[in-house]
Amino acid sequence: MLDFFLGHYAYWFTIILLCIGVYGILFKKNLIKKTIGLAILQISVVLYFVSIASKWDATVPVLDPNIPVDQVANYLNPLPHTLMLTAIVVGVATLGVAFTLLLAIYNRYETLDEEELIEKLQ
Amino acid sequence: MIESHLPAYIALTFVLFSVVIPAFGLWRSELSQPLAVLGSGIAAGFSVYGFINYLNEGSIRYFFGGWEPPVGIEFVYDGLSGFFVLVINVVAFFVMIHSHNLQKVEFPGKEMPYYSLAMLMMLGFNGMILTGDLFNLYVFLEIASLSGYALIAIGEKQAPYAAFRYLIIGTAGGTLYLLGVGFMYTITGTLNIIDMAAMLPMLFESNATFAALILMIVGVGVKAALFPMHGWLPDSYTYAASTSTALIAPIGTKVAAYILFRIILWMFGIEITDAIAPLSYIVGVLACIGILYGSIMAIAQTEMKRMLAYSSISQIGYIIMGLSLANPWGFAGALLHVLNHAIMKACLFMISGQLRLKEGHSDISRFDDSYRIKYPWTMASFSIAAISMIGLPPLAGFFSKWYLALGTIDNSNWLFLAVVLVSSLLNAVYFFRVLEKVYMMNPEKGQKEPAEATRNEASASMLWPTGILAVSLIVIGFANAIIVGILLNIFPM
Repeated sequence: MLDFFLGHYAYWFTIILLCIGVYGILFKKNLIKKTIGLAILQISVVLYFVSIASKWDATVPVLDPNIPVDQVANYLNPLPHTLMLTAIVVGVATLGVAFTLLLAIYNRYETLDEEELIEKLQ
Repeated sequence: MIESHLPAYIALTFVLFSVVIPAFGLWRSELSQPLAVLGSGIAAGFSVYGFINYLNEGSIRYFFGGWEPPVGIEFVYDGLSGFFVLVINVVAFFVMIHSHNLQKVEFPGKEMPYYSLAMLMMLGFNGMILTGDLFNLYVFLEIASLSGYALIAIGEKQAPYAAFRYLIIGTAGGTLYLLGVGFMYTITGTLNIIDMAAMLPMLFESNATFAALILMIVGVGVKAALFPMHGWLPDSYTYAASTSTALIAPIGTKVAAYILFRIILWMFGIEITDAIAPLSYIVGVLACIGILYGSIMAIAQTEMKRMLAYSSISQIGYIIMGLSLANPWGFAGALLHVLNHAIMKACLFMISGQLRLKEGHSDISRFDDSYRIKYPWTMASFSIAAISMIGLPPLAGFFSKWYLALGTIDNSNWLFLAVVLVSSLLNAVYFFRVLEKVYMMNPEKGQKEPAEATRNEASASMLWPTGILAVSLIVIGFANAIIVGILLNIFPM
């Protein structure tokens, strides 16, 4: 049982991050904090992809003359990293759009608190 | 030679025009709308040509840069993707024509960024449909979503908050989809849909594929406004500019439904989907709740755009219910409903835009019988689309519900059959309410003369698109046997 926890500790941290992100989105009343929760949720998935690429006793995926190419177990898997470069860019773009919308909301209603905002909307 | 590059051309047309519009728009911003019409028109032409080519020659797999999958990224132009691309691009073409007069009223001075964003969003939707790679699909999903949030935020005063709520739930959904893709990648080591479909039968009853499937369905279900994840939709559609709604409402949720079709029927296959739990049945029940909920909420609305938004939740339920039946009739009914609903909803939302332009509101409680004098053609188009929505023969809406009903009978699924029948009655309640206000005598006035009014019809650039879409509903209704014959050939099993 302990091995199950210790052997997968990277994934446990990812799960904790994911839960923090979902908590932020669902329960925080401030829209900026919701956005931060969203960012944490995205980062937890990025970290998941990065951790599935890791291998014990493996090196960076750059050709090393001492290690033949066909020994794949000695190189990290580069694909998830490249995928996550794209996903991080997507995340940054999402945050940019979110903050732009928040600016528009603040300029119109002068509040970013969800309850006050819903009151002013009615 | 054009055929082999066709899938890339469709997407590249939108890339090209999303750049060309700002380039010309900085010089003359009134050129933006004609350029958007040109761009979506070229793409619609490619889609029509591509679908005819598919019928004659079969599907196309386009490998980018000549790299074959699973190493490279491919675009797959088969029956399903060809059909969806055809529907969304043709509808977008008509919406772009229709926006000519609305742009000066609804987003003055923002034409150039608006049409550039619309082209980017269409790129995202076409990419989502055509791509054969799960991660590529995520990237296109985010392209479409991000430009969609921006388009929704251009609208009334409340629009940015509606767009922000959509952004939070939509991005969370996209992230869950990405997590599901991660699970599938760790299990199979590939991201290509066709490659993965070949490997999945070896993973029958695997808990990890089951978890991945649930994550993907939830993530995409947010975009499709599947019942418990529909909360963003009514506000976004109501407060966005009429053109944005007319563009996003018929297309956005359909594309998400396409992903569900691709994942459940093509990639996993219905046996693996149902291996651990009857997932397709659960999705079908959620769709049924969505159908009833959407219809009942639509009856309670007095604002036309809001009523149509709730009606969208209900109609997307039909499509996903047809998917969950997973038999040929249900499948054909669902795809026919994709076509019908795209046309009906585009037509109805465009008419709500016309009324807002002319009357300054689209509040049903303030409609009266003078409308039939003032806008005879607008109201005629509205009637055809509304009656098709209710599902009276010989209009198109009847046949999609007919085939869906046949599908439920095929599966002996009486619950779903009852929902299809009851919801048609509910549809009748909220559409006849409008028709009654416009066409029946006003009893309070106590006279048979219609109210004093002069003809004040919308301009030709608005009447032609709505009119053509309305007439096409009749044509589809009569040609339904041919269309269903084509659709039945697409069915994978």
